[in-house]
Amino acid sequence: MTGTEDALSFDAVSLLLVWTSIAIYVLAFIAYAVDLARRSDLAVKAQDAAEARELVAAGGGSVSGSAAGSRQGAELPAKPRFVWARIGTTLTVLAFLFHFAGTVLRGLAAERVPWSNMYEFALTGTLIIVSVYLVTLFRYDLRFLGSFITGMTVVLLGGTLLSFYVEVTPLADPLKSVWLVVHVFVAAFATGLFALAFGLSVLQLLQARREARVAASAELVATEGTAAPKRIGLPFLRTIPTADALESLAYRFAIVGFIFWTFTLIAGSIWANDAWGRYWGFDTKEVWTFVIWVLYAGYIHARATRGWRGTRSAWLSIIGFTAVLFNFTIVNMFFKGLHVYSGLS
Amino acid sequence: MSRSRSDSSVPDDGRDDGSGSADPLRPSDHADGDAITSPSLGFVGWLRWGWRQLTSMRTALVLLLLLAIAAVPGSIVPQRSADPNGVTQYFADNPDLAPILDNLSLFDVYTSPWFSAIYLLLFISLVGCVLPRTKHHWKALRTRPPRTPARLARLDDYRETRVELRDGEDAASVASAAVEAAQEQLRKSGYRVERYDARGALSVSAERGYLRETGNLVFHAALVGVLIAVGVGGGFTYTGQRVIVQGTTFTNTLLDYSSFNPGRFVNADNLVPYSMTLDRFDISYVPFGQQGAGQAGDFVAHMTTRLAGEEPKEGEVRVNHPLDVAGDRVYLLGNGYAPTITIRDAEGTAIYTDSVPFLPQDSNMTSLGVVKVPDGFPEQLGLIGFFYPTQAPLESGAFTSAYPSLANPVLTLNVYSGDLGIDGGTPRSVYTLDVNDMEQLTGGDTGVDSIELAPGETQDLPNGLGTITFEDASPEGAANLDQSVKRFVSLSIHRDIAAPWVLGFALLALAGLLAALFVPRRRMWVKVTPDGDAVRIEYAGLARGEDPTLAEAVSALEARHSLAFEARRHTPGSRITP
Ligand code: HEM
Repeated sequence: MTGTEDALSFDAVSLLLVWTSIAIYVLAFIAYAVDLARRSDLAVKAQDAAEARELVAAGGGSVSGSAAGSRQGAELPAKPRFVWARIGTTLTVLAFLFHFAGTVLRGLAAERVPWSNMYEFALTGTLIIVSVYLVTLFRYDLRFLGSFITGMTVVLLGGTLLSFYVEVTPLADPLKSVWLVVHVFVAAFATGLFALAFGLSVLQLLQARREARVAASAELVATEGTAAPKRIGLPFLRTIPTADALESLAYRFAIVGFIFWTFTLIAGSIWANDAWGRYWGFDTKEVWTFVIWVLYAGYIHARATRGWRGTRSAWLSIIGFTAVLFNFTIVNMFFKGLHVYSGLS
Repeated sequence: MSRSRSDSSVPDDGRDDGSGSADPLRPSDHADGDAITSPSLGFVGWLRWGWRQLTSMRTALVLLLLLAIAAVPGSIVPQRSADPNGVTQYFADNPDLAPILDNLSLFDVYTSPWFSAIYLLLFISLVGCVLPRTKHHWKALRTRPPRTPARLARLDDYRETRVELRDGEDAASVASAAVEAAQEQLRKSGYRVERYDARGALSVSAERGYLRETGNLVFHAALVGVLIAVGVGGGFTYTGQRVIVQGTTFTNTLLDYSSFNPGRFVNADNLVPYSMTLDRFDISYVPFGQQGAGQAGDFVAHMTTRLAGEEPKEGEVRVNHPLDVAGDRVYLLGNGYAPTITIRDAEGTAIYTDSVPFLPQDSNMTSLGVVKVPDGFPEQLGLIGFFYPTQAPLESGAFTSAYPSLANPVLTLNVYSGDLGIDGGTPRSVYTLDVNDMEQLTGGDTGVDSIELAPGETQDLPNGLGTITFEDASPEGAANLDQSVKRFVSLSIHRDIAAPWVLGFALLALAGLLAALFVPRRRMWVKVTPDGDAVRIEYAGLARGEDPTLAEAVSALEARHSLAFEARRHTPGSRITP
């Protein structure tokens, strides 16, 4: 151990960094929110032509030689240069750097991995959520999820600082295990992926509702000759992918998350077998890990079951993530069990 | 994303060419399946219908969701298996509600009839679903890739190029060179290929990704494996607890356990004979003045184990690191102090001497213990009291322990005489004293001071009964009191031969899952049609299941094929001449 003084000052700096990162996340959140509002304007202006094209494409079915290209286009629209979204992303990266530094310092202060109590788990967990989001941006333009991700990070990180913060204490014996490193880290990773899937599923629901209404009103226009309504649903929805595309993206995040979660479950059992002499005991935390696993297995099934694909399966993804959050907050704080690692007394 | 769309866009070409059996068999309500036909009447018809319902995707889904819901109450209500004291407490706190909940098996959720019914149905459904699919898949593994659809252009992922003939080339041989290049290329990238040449068009049909279905089947079958391993393995499992004081020995026989829970098939009279001695117990505490002062860590119980016919072996039991002894695993459950107490009668004859485990009551190891002396005095004696490793007074005048290690060890005891209540055959815990039939001789309202001893001290018992000594257990010449009181550990001894099997099946499930979710299953076609002074080359792909990268794969196929084909046209060996 280095001297206590050192450790404390590391921790103090870490705290400062984390608070700074929260402040920047708030700014990023605002920028992303402005982006969504601005997109709405853009969308309203540019809508009619686009809507018309979309309907033709959806109804037409037969596609020309360049089908592959145009299909991609329909799913993820060509990137318009959303200035505010770029500001949002830049700020998120900045906040992420502070957040990362704060987390690393906390680990240095404690001289161990920074995910050994609830405060640290939130610190690392949100860090991973944000990094999953940022890495994804290289491949998919998911900036429309930016306000959701930064907003959630602010709430979780801020809430955790205010109510779960504990000073560095040495690790209790049961936590001294490589499985702590593996099990908890992988769980946090799965959580990040589930979070993205959740955000996409929520948007999918909104989008599906809008699409249904667009179709209905198009029908009205065609049969009754009524005037086309100016606005249907939240305007920014026009600038994001179709419900179908959102769904398959959500599914992709969810299955990767599910694999990680399965691994979490297995690693946790191995650890439990070393620590408590049984690999499974239906301890409260184990129960919830299992429930979440089964819920996501249900989600994957639902995607393959006639009548469940689409809106219903999206609800399962939403319920699944709600259970993940519940598991982290309420179960840790109020449920009695062997997993007493919150570090709170 | 492309699955539903691509499937609906090739209703005839992809399926009705006799290649259907190469598709994975799915329950009839799978999103890709055909519509459910109404059941044929009659008893057998209904049976078949019922079975089909049970093994349908919808049933599996509903059962999965039910399983998730049914598991929840067990995290809210204390469970007998995980937290028996919590259950007792719950009965005490909610005397009206508890029996009702108990009738609903809510204190044993995971062994309750309703929970079992859900998972058993789920697994019946699972087996009923997986068996036919396995048989089907087995056959599919040997079928040929399907005939090339007549109109490839109707597929979503479709590309086409025209290759002009050069001087001296003839369309037929260029076409056959092109299709051979494609066949070669697809085969090399792991596709199963088949040539279908007809009506002037040469084509190769290719399929890959059978591993996806294999993975899916392995995953589901491995889940059954986990369930069976857990179920059968539980029968061969035993766990037992035992407290060992420093310097004493435990023998692995039923008698020597303080509690023992055998599985159904365990023969408790036939345990592997071995013994263990606790030589020393080490522990460290965070010093005063630091964050987390007094927090204990680095527990190590140093043991010597002896197996019949073998040299004694030294070993350690640590948290997270159980000790393996003859296939049993020994875990550290708890630890504490075991003050050594000697009681003599009025003549000075030692009546009782033992190291008595005192159970820790707080994190500073204020510990509670009981001494029972059934014989040797006119009436039975019982002593109950506290041990403080670092004694400190509270404001109320009572004592507490301020730190968990032996800085200022003090033992306080109150003496009772009368009937210990242990002769009647009723089992009594060694850690509690039933004072109902006893008279208090010291402390409380008796007006006689409680006994208070430091290591090495002796005091008189009340009423001239004799003396009591708190022995100093320090080794010869010890400089401080660090070892003045013996330690005890409570050990939990487990045997679970099924655990490796469970792990094996779980890992198998994980591997299956990876294949099932990430191996793309797709068909590819390359069709070459001579067309005047050029050949038309078409490339098309069809996803069989979730396949986000299909479009890219078709593009890549085209790009690589163009190169390979170009190369063929120029290599002398395969020179294309009329
Ligand atoms: C213990 C209960 C079950 C669990 C935890 C479970 C879990 C899963 C998971 C995680 C997947 C996705 C991975 C893959 O594609 O292999 C899946 C797929 C599948 N499961 Fe299950 N399953 C269970 C029971 C069943 C049952 C009873 C059936 C039969 C009705 C079934 C039929 C299927 C099918 C057909 C798929 C493939 C879906 C697709 O086409 O993507 N499962 N299951």
